[in-house]
Amino acid sequence: MDALILARMQFAANITFHILFPTISIGMGWVLLFFRLRWLKTRNGPDKAAAQGWLDAYRFWTKVFALSFALGVVSGITMSFQFGTNWPGFMEKVGNIAGPLLGYEVLTAFFLEAGFLGVMLFGHGKVSERVHLMATFFVAFGTTLSAFWILALNSWMQTPAGYEVIDGVYHVTSWFEVIFNPSFPYRLAHMLLASALTCAFLLTGLSAWQLLRGVAQRSAPKVLRVGLTLAAIAIPVQIMVGDAHGLNTLEHQPAKIAAIEGVWETERGAPLLLFAIPDKETRSNHFEIKIPKMASLILTHELDGEIKGLNSFGDKHPPVLPMFFAFRIMVGVGMLMLATSWLGWWLYRRAKWQPAALPRALLWVFAGMTFSGWVATVAGWYVTEIGRQPFIVYGLIRTADVVSNVPSAMIGLTLALYVTLYLALIVAYVTVLKYMAEKPEEVLQIDAVEQAVTPAGAGNSPVLPAGSTA
Amino acid sequence: MSVMTFDTMLPVIFMALMGISMLVYVVSDGYDLGVGMLMHRATDAEKDVMVASIGPFWDANETWLVLGIGILLVAFPKAHGLVLGELYLPVTLMLIGLTLRGVAFDFRVKAKDTHKKTWDRLFFAGSLIASVSQGWMLGRYISGFGEGWNYPLFAGAIALALPMAYALLGAAWLVMKTEGELQERAIGWARTAWGPMVAGMLLISMATPWISATVRERWFALPEIIALMAIPLVTGIALVTVRVLLKTQIVRGPLCWLPFVMLIGVFVLGFLGLAYSIYPFVVIDKLTIWQAASSPAALKVILFGVCISVPAIAGYTVFSYRVFRGKTGELKYA
Repeated sequence: MDALILARMQFAANITFHILFPTISIGMGWVLLFFRLRWLKTRNGPDKAAAQGWLDAYRFWTKVFALSFALGVVSGITMSFQFGTNWPGFMEKVGNIAGPLLGYEVLTAFFLEAGFLGVMLFGHGKVSERVHLMATFFVAFGTTLSAFWILALNSWMQTPAGYEVIDGVYHVTSWFEVIFNPSFPYRLAHMLLASALTCAFLLTGLSAWQLLRGVAQRSAPKVLRVGLTLAAIAIPVQIMVGDAHGLNTLEHQPAKIAAIEGVWETERGAPLLLFAIPDKETRSNHFEIKIPKMASLILTHELDGEIKGLNSFGDKHPPVLPMFFAFRIMVGVGMLMLATSWLGWWLYRRAKWQPAALPRALLWVFAGMTFSGWVATVAGWYVTEIGRQPFIVYGLIRTADVVSNVPSAMIGLTLALYVTLYLALIVAYVTVLKYMAEKPEEVLQIDAVEQAVTPAGAGNSPVLPAGSTA
Repeated sequence: MSVMTFDTMLPVIFMALMGISMLVYVVSDGYDLGVGMLMHRATDAEKDVMVASIGPFWDANETWLVLGIGILLVAFPKAHGLVLGELYLPVTLMLIGLTLRGVAFDFRVKAKDTHKKTWDRLFFAGSLIASVSQGWMLGRYISGFGEGWNYPLFAGAIALALPMAYALLGAAWLVMKTEGELQERAIGWARTAWGPMVAGMLLISMATPWISATVRERWFALPEIIALMAIPLVTGIALVTVRVLLKTQIVRGPLCWLPFVMLIGVFVLGFLGLAYSIYPFVVIDKLTIWQAASSPAALKVILFGVCISVPAIAGYTVFSYRVFRGKTGELKYA
């Protein structure tokens, strides 16, 4: 295989693995802040069990957060190296734009979240409640800020703006236009909502699993409610934002839309293809199942609206097959999320938030959808990233022109190493989450011990005074 | 030298920033990696204390690597491609090592008890792989990626010496952060690591001028050599002091932090020596910082961010170290 394909596979493997974890930690940071606030609000109230439930939820999910965060950090470090190792030409050409955006991500977001993570995870009882709450806030804020910068860069690569080219090197003419480029607001909103949904279904799924196993009686009913509510609110918003994002893409990257819709030739009144197998050899689709005129209606809001076909773009369009399916997987999971979260929320409310009154089959459905957010998020990213090809900066720089000249055997070898490692880590992550969900009291026990053992300043720890070995 | 304009100063500033980031990384993650490599010598209970002693810090420590490599990427894109292209395989191995070490932190306490041992082994292995890879990379970098039989030998020697330095630093960290039996053992580990580390450092200091003509000319010229002698001299004194301190009772008492701080001094001096050898190259004999730098406009934008955020970063790093100051307690699983 040639170096370009291998370099792309390696980078794709790494970013696919990476995005799984920030997608969880971006949303989870805010959820933890919410749990914490609920606990603070209820702890002096009459219902001690409820307060304890919120605290249990906070402590348990902090552990999930810590694990996800660690996996995000290590794969993010790998990514920071692979920008250069895989695409050295990218930085040489657009370094003046990409560099500051990445730099600001590290300076403002990474250090903020990493700096306060220690206090958040181990600072219980070592700092005041207020400071601890601030630390949790900074971590949540840091992860979101990180998304802001990296999506600004990614969106710039999709819809570049605010630049000029001097001797083949890109220079900034307006930072405002670079950051707030045409697709950025849509992509940022879409990603933050994707993170909220991924968290919501993780919360719902693991809690459902705990209820099926009869553990975490204090916290799981509460977390289930939070998860379902979050999902039920976020999914309709996400569908609207997704639609707006699609229209924005039609305006700025019509080739991407043509590939998503499987429109080979420009046509008026294009049908919406529910299923098909696009064939690049014959430049047509097999086994089409379609709704007439629907694609035109959705994209142009007119039954006879024109949709540019792939024929208008010469060879400058992305591969159709992966785009076509990735998009349908994303939308399909989204619809499934809408159905389960609304039905689930309604049934749970009718059951007066008593999980015992819920059908077990429903809990099984929730458990089955624990990682549905991952599927939709990864599929969505494939649509947006494969959809940019054959360019690395849409319409301006081809991916093939910036690839490294590292021998393909070397890339192949390291690709194999990364893929093996990542697969093993995904298996370990899911296994450990399941184990933690089934043994929540063990997790809380470990938490208590970790809190106690961590150095505690000059004797202000109620748990274990500094210098004490007793 | 004529007076530099601000624009020609910019690459110098960024080289300094990159160097400082890398130095902070090497020192701070150095003790993490050192503790990781010492893990296989500890009992299970001690392992928990050792990990707890670095638990609140490692993540922020690793961020300095991202900053350092980020500055290389954004301020010196041409050098980034050259350096990471040359170091492709060791970089991969280091990343895999760091990944294993990083995830083992969390997995080891959350997995089933039967799996804990595996994660502990991976913690050790990850720390070792990352340290050895970093040593190799440092060796290749100092020698300007030269070709010939002696270059890999040189890089190999540093690949062995750097883990020793990390182990010594990690042991000194444990002397500072733990007490009782573990502290006693950490003193022992520090004394064991001291010899190979010093030997490695001596060897490298002698080999570097031999392997690089540029370095040779820099160091062995009058009158510079007289001023420069301060660096190896102070380093030597600091190292000997550490060795002497380890024999005394005071490191078990109020001055438990002294060996660690003196070793940081040794790393700083080593860094200064290295900086003197390399400047103004970013890749020795191949690429100067001005040849490799991004446009002044882009550098100014980043510098603005640096000036605002670095004091903040310094602030909350100090805050975090204050919150978690003092000794790591002993674990008592009820």
